[in-house]
Amino acid sequence: MGDGQRSQDGLAPGQQDGQGPLSDRLRHLTLRWNSVPEQTGPLRRRTEGSMVGGVAGGLAAKTGLDVTVVRIAIVVATLLYGIGAVVYMAAWLLVPAAGADASIGSKALSDKRGIGLAAGLASLLAVVLIIASFLNIGWLTALALPLIICTAGLVLVWRNAPPDEQQTLRKLGDPVFERTGHAAHPVRRLVLAGILLAGGAWLLLSGHRSYHLLRPLGALVLVVISIAVALGPWWMRLARDLVDERQARIRAEERADVASRVHDSVLQTLALIQRRAADPQQVVQLARAQERELRGWLFDGVPPGSIEGKASTLAAGVRLIQQQVEAQHGMAIEAVTVGDCELDDDLRALLAAAREATVNAAKWSGAAVVSLFAEVDPGEVALYVRDRGKGFDPAGVPADRKGLAESIHTRMTRRGGSASVRSAPGEGTEVTLRMPRKSADRVDGRSS
Amino acid sequence: MSAQPPAAAKPSVFLVDDHAMFRAGVRSELATELEIVGEADDVTTAISGIARTAPDVVLLDVHLPGGGGQDVVTAVKTQQPEVRFLALSASDAPEDVIAVIRAGARGYVTKTISAADLVDAVTRVAAGDAVFSPRLAGFVLDAFAAMPGAGIGTPSFDAELDQLTVREREVLRLIARGYTYREVARELFISVKTVESHVSSVLRKLQLSTRHQLTKWAADRRLA
Repeated sequence: MGDGQRSQDGLAPGQQDGQGPLSDRLRHLTLRWNSVPEQTGPLRRRTEGSMVGGVAGGLAAKTGLDVTVVRIAIVVATLLYGIGAVVYMAAWLLVPAAGADASIGSKALSDKRGIGLAAGLASLLAVVLIIASFLNIGWLTALALPLIICTAGLVLVWRNAPPDEQQTLRKLGDPVFERTGHAAHPVRRLVLAGILLAGGAWLLLSGHRSYHLLRPLGALVLVVISIAVALGPWWMRLARDLVDERQARIRAEERADVASRVHDSVLQTLALIQRRAADPQQVVQLARAQERELRGWLFDGVPPGSIEGKASTLAAGVRLIQQQVEAQHGMAIEAVTVGDCELDDDLRALLAAAREATVNAAKWSGAAVVSLFAEVDPGEVALYVRDRGKGFDPAGVPADRKGLAESIHTRMTRRGGSASVRSAPGEGTEVTLRMPRKSADRVDGRSS
Repeated sequence: MSAQPPAAAKPSVFLVDDHAMFRAGVRSELATELEIVGEADDVTTAISGIARTAPDVVLLDVHLPGGGGQDVVTAVKTQQPEVRFLALSASDAPEDVIAVIRAGARGYVTKTISAADLVDAVTRVAAGDAVFSPRLAGFVLDAFAAMPGAGIGTPSFDAELDQLTVREREVLRLIARGYTYREVARELFISVKTVESHVSSVLRKLQLSTRHQLTKWAADRRLA
């Protein structure tokens, strides 16, 4: 229980109000003492601006006392055999938060697993305290009951509190458990462990002659073993239940994510297809686009709806050309890549040339399918754009197509690559692009 | 793929796919060219149905409830080694495709294939050839390229099975580029029969190579 620490923090708001001399601050405090209006209606926990559960805030509002005074009173009561902490815990469980209908305790009644967990943890703690009593640590034994009650209560609160209160709890637990993870403080944890260890060692060694300790220790070990044998399976089951529950929650979240993704992409597209059933061209285009998106999601981990305009690897670039040309020209592009590598300026130029060739084939060839094949070798990247369309006679090329072939050619040669076009009337066209590689960093394991 | 005259009678075909809609579609597309002798929607009914009808070719979906397509291949192979399998899939997950091919399928095509190409592929498989789609060719090139030791001189258990010859590589590369077998043959100045034998030899390597790297490669690709 960190009540001591909390009480120190609890003083802070009162002190911050007045920066002046002591008399001013005292006057200010008395003013506040008298000016807080007494609240009518039942007792409610005030979760806004609370340090822990808002019990002190609620009490303050109810009685008209300053919240700091109430906090100090609770801490003092805690020092008396832990009464304060137990009362606090009980109030936390039984008093509803302001604005809520039911208390956490009433919800906890139906949380069977939570009760089991609380009982399990309480029994575990009881075992530890029995050990402590063997070691004659008087003050710890005196606090045993409040400790056990508070632990069980905390478990129930943790499991049944609304999300915003859980957030507060999480913040309190953060320095010890590092639940947030981003600011890991191994040092803090080590210091804590060190303090506990030193304390334990001191308790063991101080005031006892070591050989006197041996006999009770032997008995202690026996007791611990017997308790562990009796309750161990139950504890294990509780722990396993916790893990199961956590996994079930993760699965449910995943399912929800998949459902929303499928809804955003596939179901929307199916709806569109039904609406445009009269236009086969449109339907094919929609189906192709959806298929690509789904494939990208299932096999390449590209989330649907994130067809980005940039690609960082060659295979992704080829896939992008496939997507965009298919979308713009409503024809199938069959893309195959072997190997993969990061893009540099040369390879971007290669992709730009490939896109031009693919668009050209889509526009002019009249073929149903354009094949795009990219192969990454350690020394070079080769890219082939092939259609089985009407083709042309390279000797008698129309001016517009020649211009295009030349533009691809200059793109490639400027960067040390090469481009060649092979075609014959009726036999389709194939554009071959080659670009030597500067760096040989083959990224394995990706293709479209 | 260019049409080949069917050898004699229409090859008989058995359909295995868990999508009733897809089966109906394929049935109506192929009914004129091929003889559909039966269909099944999961592994057990497929195995019993194939045993009963003894088809020439089984059109096999890679994904099936109650196991994968490769389970059907494995079960049927021991009883009816003469039945040939053509794998069909919508997914293209390399792992699945490689698994079904290694189990003994004679080829792999995607479900978006046109009716004419599908008839052609079935006819080829019925005649004992291997059918590689451009994508499968790409997978195979990638798989064998990714294998350590595919290059120079690393001693291997069975080097011949673990590497592709230069010629086989050329053939696969052309198939990946979208060439038909006939176009590949003309490009390389070899006969169509030679192309077919190269592809069959690649298929054999794919099925017999003991290197677990192949499986590992496919799994890695899935994860990437």
